[in-house]
This record gives sequence, C-alpha cells and structure tokens, in this order.
Amino acid sequence: IKNLEGYVGFANLPNQVYRKSVKRGFEFTLMVVGESGLGKSTLINSLFLTDLYSKDYPGPSLRIKKTVQVEQSKVLVKEGGVQLTLTIVDTPGFGDAVDNSNCWQPVINYIDSKCEDFLNAESRVNRRLMPDNRVHCCLYFIAPSGHGLKPLDIEFMKRLHDKVNVIPLIAKADTLTPEECQLFKKQIMKEIQEHKIQIYEFPDIEDDEDSKLIRKIKERMPLAVVGSNVVIEVNGRKVRGRQYPWGVAEVENGEHCDFTVLRNMLIRTHMQDLKDVTNNVHYENYRSRKLAAVTCNGGVDTSKTKNQMTRSPLAQMEEERREHVMKMKKMETEMEQVFEMKVKEKKQKLKDSEAELERRHEQMKKNLEAQYKELEEKKRHHEEEKSNWEAQQRILEQQKLDASKTMEKNKKKGKIF
Amino acid sequence: IHTTPVSYASGEGARAVPLAGHVGFDSMPDQLVNKSVNHGFCFNILCVGETGLGKSTLMDTLFNTKFEGEPTQHNQPGVQLKSNTYELQESNVRLKLTVVNTVGFGDQINKEDSYKSIVEFIDTQFEAYLQEELKIKRTLHSYHDTRIHACLYFIAPTGHSLKSLDLVTMKKLDSKVNIIPIIAKSDAISKSELTKFKIKITSELVSNGVQIYQFPTDDETVAEINSTMNGHLPFAVVGSTEEVKIGNKMVKARQYPWGTVQVENENHCDFVKLREMLIRVNMEDLREQTHTRHYELYRRCKLEEMGFKDTDPDCKPFSLQETYEAKRNEFMGDLQKKEEEMRQMFVQRVKEKEAELKEAEKELHEKFDRLKKLHQDEKKKLEDKKKSLDDELNGFKQKKTAAELLQSQAQQAGGSTTLKRDKERKK
Repeated sequence: IKNLEGYVGFANLPNQVYRKSVKRGFEFTLMVVGESGLGKSTLINSLFLTDLYSKDYPGPSLRIKKTVQVEQSKVLVKEGGVQLTLTIVDTPGFGDAVDNSNCWQPVINYIDSKCEDFLNAESRVNRRLMPDNRVHCCLYFIAPSGHGLKPLDIEFMKRLHDKVNVIPLIAKADTLTPEECQLFKKQIMKEIQEHKIQIYEFPDIEDDEDSKLIRKIKERMPLAVVGSNVVIEVNGRKVRGRQYPWGVAEVENGEHCDFTVLRNMLIRTHMQDLKDVTNNVHYENYRSRKLAAVTCNGGVDTSKTKNQMTRSPLAQMEEERREHVMKMKKMETEMEQVFEMKVKEKKQKLKDSEAELERRHEQMKKNLEAQYKELEEKKRHHEEEKSNWEAQQRILEQQKLDASKTMEKNKKKGKIF
Repeated sequence: IHTTPVSYASGEGARAVPLAGHVGFDSMPDQLVNKSVNHGFCFNILCVGETGLGKSTLMDTLFNTKFEGEPTQHNQPGVQLKSNTYELQESNVRLKLTVVNTVGFGDQINKEDSYKSIVEFIDTQFEAYLQEELKIKRTLHSYHDTRIHACLYFIAPTGHSLKSLDLVTMKKLDSKVNIIPIIAKSDAISKSELTKFKIKITSELVSNGVQIYQFPTDDETVAEINSTMNGHLPFAVVGSTEEVKIGNKMVKARQYPWGTVQVENENHCDFVKLREMLIRVNMEDLREQTHTRHYELYRRCKLEEMGFKDTDPDCKPFSLQETYEAKRNEFMGDLQKKEEEMRQMFVQRVKEKEAELKEAEKELHEKFDRLKKLHQDEKKKLEDKKKSLDDELNGFKQKKTAAELLQSQAQQAGGSTTLKRDKERKK
C-alpha cells in the first residue's frame, strides 16, 4: 500500500457513489408469507408507515382465494431525497386450505420466474437497463402457538431457504408473555437448527459498536412482532399500538415486541445486504443450476462437469468444437490409413499373381525350349546317323559295284569254271 | 455491487404513497456507500502518448506519489503496454489503481500499427470480463476489474494542430474507452498560443468525428461544474514532483530562469482542473460509462460475431438456454453433415480404386491368356515337328532295316559265291 503525500481526492469516491445512487433511485421486493389472519398487512403498513393495504387495496387475508396466489403491489415512496420503488409480494391462500401440500410451489415458481426474467434480460445480446424484480427478502409469519414450528412452517422454510433470504417472524406477539415468547423463540431456533434451515443471518458490519448490537439482536431471533394501523395516545405520546382493556401494546416499544429491531434491520441497516445476498448467492445459484442443465447435459457430476462449470459457455462451445474437429480429423486419418492398407494389399496380391503367372510362363517356355533343344539334338543325331549310314551304304554300294565288276572281269578271263 | 448491469428504479406501474413518518430507507445510499468502501474501489487509467511527453511524471503528480519505472528510451521496436497496479489509501477509502503506459508509441518510422496493440489491450480486458460473466460458476463480486476506465491522451505541445497519428489513434479508441485529451508539457506554449491550440484541436476532433469523454451534466449537483470544465478541454497540463518554495509554502513546480511554473496554480495550467474532473468528481462516472457503454458495445459485437442474436426483442423473452441449445444443435448438425460428406467421399474413392484394380487384374489375365495361347501354338508347332521327325526316323529305320536285310541276304549269297570261288581256287 502506497502512502500518499498530500491530498489526491479519491476519498471523494464514496460521495460520487452516493450521488449516483440517489439519482438512480432504489428498488426492493419484499415477500410476505403466512396463513390468513396473522397480521401480515398490518405489519407491512406499520413497517413502511403507510397504507399500502387499505380499503381500496385490500391485503391478502381479505382477499378470499381458493388456491394460493402470488400477487404483487408496487408503490413508490420518497424520503429524504431518496426514492424507493417498493414491491410487496403476498401470497393469499397460503396455508389456508385443508390440504396444504405443495402450497409452497406457487411461491417457488414466482421466485424462480423472477430470477428467470433477470437471467434472460442479462443474457440478451442487446441489454437494456433492466429493473431488478427479484425477491430480496421473504418474511415468514409463524403463528404464535407458543409450542413450536408447524410441519408446514418447516416444510416451507426448508424448500425456500436456498432460494431467497428467509426471515421468520413470530406474528401477533402480543398474545405471548415475555417468558412464553422466550421459550417459543428457543424452541423455534432449535428446530430450525435441527432441520438445517438457513435463515437470513444479519451479517456483522465493520463498526465495533454496531456489531455488538447485532450480536444482541441475533439472540432475539426469531423476531416477535406486533403491527398496528391505529395511532393511540399514550401518556401524551402518539404511538402506534393495540388498545386492550388492560393497556396498550406499543408497536415501537422494544420491551413490548421486536418490531423496531425488525424495522431497523430490514430497512435501515441491512436492506442493501439483503439485495446483495440475493444477487450474489441466491441468483447465482439459480443461474448456475439453470446453465449447467443446458450445457452439461443434465449436470452429471463428473470431474469433467466440474471443469466445465468454471469455464465460460462460449469457451466451452469452442472446446467442444475443437474436440469434434479433432475427432473428425482422426477419423479421416484412420479411414485413410485403412484405405491405403487395403489398396496396398490388393496391389501386392496382384503383383504376386503376376509374378506367379510370369514364373509359370517362364517355366513353360523353358520347358518348351528344352524340348526343342532335345528335338534338335535328336534331329542332328539322326542326321549324323543318316549321313553316316548313307556314306556307309555308298561305300557298300561301291564295293558291290567293284565286286561285281571284278567278277565280270574274272568271268571274262575265264577264271570262272 | 458495481458489477451488475445498472438497473434503474423504473417506478412504472407503481403508485406513489405518502409516508406517515420516518421509515428509514433514506439510509440506503449510506448502506450502499458503506458496502463500497468495505469492498474497496478500483480504477484503471491508460496513458497514451509519445515517449517523453511526461506521462509518468503526470501520474506521479496526480496521485502525489512516485510510481515505479524508469524513463523509457526511444528505440522500442513496437508499442508495448506496461501496466502496474498500486494499492492506495486516503482516509478510509482504499483504491486499487492500475496505470497502463504505452511504451514506444510514436517512436517507429512507420507508425501505422501503433494503435493496434492499444486496441488489443483494451479488448483483452473486455474479453476477460466477458468470459467471467459467461461462466456457469462465476465470481463477479470479487472479480478484479481490469477494464480501462479512462484514457488520457497526451498531445504534443506543438502549438499548431493534432498529428495525424493522434487523430487516427483517437478515432480507433473513441468507441472503446473514455478519452480525455490533454496537452502535455504545456509550459512550452504561451497563453495566447494555447487558446488557439485548444480551439484548433477541438475543431479537428469534431470534424473527424472523434468522440471524447464529456463530463456528465445530467446530475444537478455537478452539472454546472462539469459543463464549465467541458469547455476547457483539452486540459493543458504540467507535471512535476519537484517542490519549490513559493512564499512560505512548498509547492510542486518547475523552475526556469524566467520564472516558476506552479503545477497547482490554475493560472499557470489546467492541472487542478484535470485532477478535479478525473478524480474528485467523475471517477465513478468514468467507471460506470466504461461498464454500461463501452463494455456493452464490445459484448454485443462479440456475441453477434459468434452468431448469437436476440430472438424477439419484445414479445418472447430471450432465453439463454434456447440460444445455447440452438447454437449447439446447429453446430452438431453441421459436424454430422461434414462427417457424412467425408464418409461418402471415402466410399466413392474406395469404389473407384476397386474398379481400377479390377481393371488392372483383367488386363493381367488377358495378358497371360495371350501368352498362354502363344505358348499353345508353340507347343503345337513343336509337336508337329516332333511328329515329322519321328516319321522321318521311322522311315529311315525302315529303310535301314530293309537295306540291311537286303545286304545280309546279298552277303549271304555273295558270301557263298566267294566262298565257292575261294574253295575252287584252293583246289
């Protein structure tokens, strides 16, 4: 790290970021899930100090549904120069049926479809500025039974904890005494741990003071809340609360419930973190699962797939292309080789049979020549013999002639009696 | 946080509702800022300019520190880009600063390809980011962004006009990076010359269609100062790390016999303006523009080059899956077709070769058939000759036998006669 002598000015970067973010405005999507009558709408109204749900725009419980619906309301709120587009997603009908199997499915489908929209928008060639409609936080309302989690609660949280930031809340906490509430919280946390449910963990912030606070807050989880649309006067103060014959349960009183903690954590300190975790963790999980299914042919977990995961799909396609080209080349060379070999064989065979035929022909020729020679020899011999014999015959003839001549002579001479 | 495509709160379809009190989401900008500060910032500057224009000195002056490196010689064979990364801190803000220098720019006799290595370098950084962004398991959040956020183009203080190399290079770079042109070593130009020089440069840039970076004027808080500064471009700067005592302060300056040029004196040069604009006011905007404009352009071109395109802009949502699958199927189909072709070709060749060989075989057999026939003829001739000789032999034999028979008969008779005669004689 270099030390600078003198003020450069990039310490102003945070201000630049601040300025730009204000200009852009913010958006946040909050989902509320729970059975009817747990005070979800009231809590939202209390959290955002507005009549999000009113006569004109009734809350989920007042809308009687036969099946679980997922609906969203979008409002624009401004405060201190900061503009926030708030989307509240509610799930009327959740847990209200007799048979609630799969009542979480519409919720999962909604969350996935928002991730899908984002993925598609992000994957376009021509990308436009796109809104972030992904669900950043899911408040799950637990009925204040005082005993423990219901099977539906466990099932829901198990199925959604790896898709969205889940913050479980104990609803209508004013029906529990502090001791009951304490026990209830302990029991719930125990069950959450048993089932390995990962709820949203408010992460530590750098500041030492705040981290102490946060640790204290973590001990209060899950937060037990009370909501109210009504403002009541208590000791000269105007407070939101619920009026009972025995007193007023104040929404914003830390000793009455954890509402303030929730609001501080959810809105004032960790809203950005909820968005970041959604973007960096939940969305990335969705995305990699989706893409792995496409490019890795079902995502069979081999070491090859693991390598593919860390490579860009484009590089991957290039790799596949190269592999295939190499395979083709290899096939081509192989075929070529086989071809050459067969040709060679055939040629050799031809050559051999040619040689054989030549040889045979040569032999026959030689044979014939030998016979010729023999014949010539025989003929010559015969000629010789013939001429000898003829010469002999001539001599004999001559002798004969001479003899007969002599006889004649002798005859004439009278030598013959 | 910086790395998601910038999304704007659309506010569409949202109804405005009043708040009955302080909710607290006005802390959002602070939350965002805290996260950024914790994460640290990153900024990459590219300095383009001929050797000896004081690029390194200016960087040192801007960031009040001595960066590494020795002054380069003029005999570089080509343009190289040398990049160095530094971790700087100011109050609680950590900045990872990368300074990229073009070494050897403009030193060659033939400068035609000077800009190429610069363009390549910029593209390489975009490519690296794109590859990361397209991975299945990606870590964009912790990715060290190496894309160039600002390009300081150093113009030689000739006082006349831009060199053609300058125009060509800037034209090649203006769609890839934010260009901030500056007049280097401007203490070599007098004030009146400077005004004329600036006007000439600006008009040349405009007439050649070079898009330089404009300080943004859409945000009211900084619109005014930015628009004023836009009018001062290109900034005439002087850099110096030497300090001179003026009055009772030590200031950065260059000392001449005729006076001292104070770097941070706005009457002497535009250094302060540059620092203000580049670092204190618009650093974040430069980074944002790089990400949302220049990078997007690169990405779009690259994807189109590879054959990707959006199926239907508005009606059907574009699905990455489908595109990949379609691309892959197309590609597989192509390969299969090629494979088939190759096989067919081989079958063809085999057929041809077989026919050839068969032809040769036929010829061979014909040849030998001919020879055989000849041989047969010869044999027949021989047989005939043999037969005639045999006939002759037989004839001769007969003759001989007949003659011998005759002879022996005659001999017997003649013999007896002779015998008689001889007998007679003896009596």
